[in-house]
Amino acid sequence: MTHQVPALTAEQKKELQDIAQRIVAPGKGILAADESVGSMAKRFNQIGVENTEENRRLYRQLLFTADTRIDSCIGGVIFFHETLYQNTDDGTSFTKMIKDRGMVVGIKVDKGVVPLAGTDGETTTQGLDGLSERCAQYKKDGADFAKWRCVLKISEHTPSQLAIMENANVLARYASICQQNGIVPIVEPEILPDGDHDLKRCQYVTEKVLAAVYKALSDHHVYLEGTLLKPNMVTPGHACPSKVTAGEIAMATVTALRRTVPPAVTGVTFLSGGQSEEEASINLNAINTCPLSKPWALTFSYGRALQASALNAWRGQKENEKAATEEFIKRAEVNGLAALGKYISSGDGSGAAGQSLYVANHAY
Amino acid sequence: MTHQYPSLSPEQKKELSTIAQRIVAPGKGILAADESVGTMGKRLQKINVENNEENRRFFRDLLFSVDSSIANSIGGVIFFHETLYQKSDKGVLFPKLIKEKGIVVGIKVDKGTAGLNGTDGETTTQGLDGLAERCAQYKKDGCDFAKWRCVLKISDGCPSALAIAENANVLARYASICQQNGLVPIVEPEILPDGDHDLKRCQYVTEKVLAAVYKALSDHHVYLEGTLLKPNMVTAGHSCPKKFSPEEVAMATVSALRRTVPASVPGICFLSGGQSEEEASLNLNAINQTPLHRPWKLTFSYGRALQASALSAWKGKQENKQAAQNAFCTRAKINGLASRGEYKPAGEANQAATQSLFTASYVY
Repeated sequence: MTHQVPALTAEQKKELQDIAQRIVAPGKGILAADESVGSMAKRFNQIGVENTEENRRLYRQLLFTADTRIDSCIGGVIFFHETLYQNTDDGTSFTKMIKDRGMVVGIKVDKGVVPLAGTDGETTTQGLDGLSERCAQYKKDGADFAKWRCVLKISEHTPSQLAIMENANVLARYASICQQNGIVPIVEPEILPDGDHDLKRCQYVTEKVLAAVYKALSDHHVYLEGTLLKPNMVTPGHACPSKVTAGEIAMATVTALRRTVPPAVTGVTFLSGGQSEEEASINLNAINTCPLSKPWALTFSYGRALQASALNAWRGQKENEKAATEEFIKRAEVNGLAALGKYISSGDGSGAAGQSLYVANHAY
Repeated sequence: MTHQYPSLSPEQKKELSTIAQRIVAPGKGILAADESVGTMGKRLQKINVENNEENRRFFRDLLFSVDSSIANSIGGVIFFHETLYQKSDKGVLFPKLIKEKGIVVGIKVDKGTAGLNGTDGETTTQGLDGLAERCAQYKKDGCDFAKWRCVLKISDGCPSALAIAENANVLARYASICQQNGLVPIVEPEILPDGDHDLKRCQYVTEKVLAAVYKALSDHHVYLEGTLLKPNMVTAGHSCPKKFSPEEVAMATVSALRRTVPASVPGICFLSGGQSEEEASLNLNAINQTPLHRPWKLTFSYGRALQASALSAWKGKQENKQAAQNAFCTRAKINGLASRGEYKPAGEANQAATQSLFTASYVY
């Protein structure tokens, strides 16, 4: 504990910090397009599209070929492994296309959750085996950041001490390995919104979880300036009878972060966790206009909340591609504004934008 | 870990955070006048003054009776137990005198260090027994904040994991008890400057110690907005052959704090730890000019660095009282400016003329 054996050189640190800063540059956030094959199946099922490799390629293509309007609001795109090696219709690699447009390419590297025996259905996340070699290869193939999702849940007796500690530890191991390979780790300790707990309970649990995460990152000698955090916003559980405003969500969220996330962390990129597209934008905006001092960038890393309308518009039909892309661009621009605290909602909670995207016990 | 049993009511929280913010109001810092009888003995011996109760009273009276404008630079004064019940020449109790100037009264509550068996001379700090009752009494007697000093040292095998864990834990217990009794706890995990280690080593150790402290505070459910931190600046050891500029000290210090101290902590009040008066002011000034975002107030809690000249001028003689008071007021004003990054040492027309040994390549 007393002698530093430097984990990173000055150049490595600079590279990591630069990457992180580029991803969360003012007005920019992340498109989480890293749905696994199984998760994509659920999305396609809802719009009656067959889950084939080609359909997944076509769908990602309509997102990635969006015009230059997204260049000022998307700082990074998270890929699933399969997608990293797919091309557009005319043979351009997705990775190259995204990079050439100035967006940073990221890759989901975890291998899903596994149960923790002796707990009430709690999990940890696997994927550490050979992770270093995989990261090195992904770096060669164009990725500059990675994502790893851990999952915790709130119930009468959860999250348990073990779940908190184990997930914090595995996140820190992942982060440490990424940085050794020039990859900025996005650290995602998601606390699911399932349950009837209130805002306070979520805030309390979020504070405990994040405190454990940052202690683990310190213990594992992770360079915080070269990381990003992808947490849940602090919200009541989905089945909580009392509703709260965006302002209350913002205060609870920013308060929890101020108590746990060191200022050295470059950015906080929220997950949307089943919020509707509009909810996710309104809440992000409220977070950025919250009257508490916020030393990190506060932006989005949205999957469903950026893509729901696009999927709905597409429905697997080629003739709908342009319209679908347009829906995506719209959400991207709205969230870019929300990341600056400049989004003024038109109050239209109807349509796909207002529809709750909550899926019980969400797993990718 | 999952259910919150709120330890403080909203009113208690508000009171604590208000007190903390008053102490570190812009341009203000703390006069640490809490030297124990033994420590006062060392100070008085240097100026050939007998260490008796009246001399200690006289000297503190000298400091506390200065013009009320001192409150522009001093937000709080830390008392030693004996001093809390002493009176000015005019018969006014010292806490009352201080409060009338609009300055917050604090009290040292620890009972000194105790050895940790099986370590290389490391210690923890005692004083928890009956602390709640003592705090309640101190609150009645006019105190609104407290101070507790833990000590760590850097050597080949120190600080050990035990020393870090034990001191962090005892600081958290102390903080928790204080808050229950309406006292803002100043948390002081001092890492001594003794040794020949360099700046990097001190930064590394400081980061590890502070990470442990804030994890312990989280575990003990301490309300961070109602606390203050009193750390060492990050400096090279006293016998380190290499010298570092105030800018280097500042960068290393602020980097370490940004990586460990949550933004919700309202203020960080540095100890002077044996630095000369001028050194302590220059370093604090440089800290407040560091080109990194600093979400907490960065100010002083100085003992020797505020009183050395005053003691020297006094030499125990009544006729030197005014000169001694002037010396104290001068240092207070300078440190007030330094806490805003506005201190311009006399005779320095040009900042660039300052001999800077800042090494641009050193990545903190």
